[in-house]
Amino acid sequence: MGKKLNFIIVILTGLMLFNSTLFAASGGFREMIYDPGTLPPTDSHIKVKVGEPAPDFTLHAVSGKVISLKDYRGKKVVVLSFIPAAWTPVCSDQWPGYNIVDSLFKRYNATILGISVDNIPTLYSWTGQMGKLWFEVLSDFWPHGRVAETYGILRSSGTSERCLIVIDKKGIIRYIDVHDINKRPPLEDLIRELKKVGEKE
Amino acid sequence: MNKRCFPGLSMAAAALVFFLFSGGCSGNRPAPATPVKAPVPAVGKQLPAMLLSAPGRASIRAYLGLPETAKRTISPGDIDSEILLIEIFSMYCPYCQHEAPSVNQLYDLIQSDKKIAARIKIIGIGIGNSAYEVGIFQEKYKVKFPLFADDNYVIYKDIGQVRTPFFIAIHNRGARKNLIFYAKRGGFGDSEDFLQALLDLAER
Repeated sequence: MGKKLNFIIVILTGLMLFNSTLFAASGGFREMIYDPGTLPPTDSHIKVKVGEPAPDFTLHAVSGKVISLKDYRGKKVVVLSFIPAAWTPVCSDQWPGYNIVDSLFKRYNATILGISVDNIPTLYSWTGQMGKLWFEVLSDFWPHGRVAETYGILRSSGTSERCLIVIDKKGIIRYIDVHDINKRPPLEDLIRELKKVGEKE
Repeated sequence: MNKRCFPGLSMAAAALVFFLFSGGCSGNRPAPATPVKAPVPAVGKQLPAMLLSAPGRASIRAYLGLPETAKRTISPGDIDSEILLIEIFSMYCPYCQHEAPSVNQLYDLIQSDKKIAARIKIIGIGIGNSAYEVGIFQEKYKVKFPLFADDNYVIYKDIGQVRTPFFIAIHNRGARKNLIFYAKRGGFGDSEDFLQALLDLAER
């Protein structure tokens, strides 16, 4: 009887493990997503403007590097992609989309700096589900949301807006899209702006 | 005995009444304001009506067997095939990106056999994707079968907001036209096994 029970337990455990593997390979990422529901589209007051120098910052990246915005001056166009929070619905899709268009960014000599107010361990776990990202992901965790606050996109809840900021090689802001937090910015809008910046340079 | 049981029962009843009237029971709460989600496509059910932008390219129209017409939209039923396999995907979905080579392999396998190619067509619908984003996915993964955009999430909502990738196979001719005989989330594994399974299921 005891042997039979052990056998059943082993089989059931095996089945559970097998199922969880399948799950992880097929949309399992979304099973771990916390859905906050529909939020107010924006909840902050932007402090930067197109045509002005982008405020510099230094943040730790998931890759282990310490990255400053000024490192890219004269070298690359930078897209700051602020996302509100890890493990939430729209954010979990946005960067995997950017991850397959690295050639488009390269065409315009641009890179992305993904920024979130989450801490490094959280960002490490979350972005690990996306596959290997070609761009740096920075943590604006401590002092909490300081960079988001500097740019005027820190929401009252402590997360940032869903915001795209394009900065040219001279460090000047060329495009700002404080997007509805509930929606994903269309890729073509961003690529069009990169093209414009590229043409000016 | 009654004397011992009755007070206990009263306490339980009082607790139940308090629980119900304090709003502790979900049945006592007002109904959620959010609309009821459409059901997820399931075997034995009909595929919900859906409109897709009519493809302009002659090669795509030829693949789908679409007649020359000025119609701006088509529905899956307009596609000339015995079996229609629909992949619900998103350019932004890492799992769909991962599955893309397998789906391409399935398409090549189908096309390599004239008899099977005459029976099965594949289309993809990019939920929440613009035509531009669908085009990016098509180019990146060299997808040979037609992809359509569902940029306003209309189809997504009508198919119960399924997680991607999600595969639906329907009968697309005869008495069982539009009837779903395969519907599943996630990758389908080996393309040869999956194709055989589809053919077997379609015969049932």
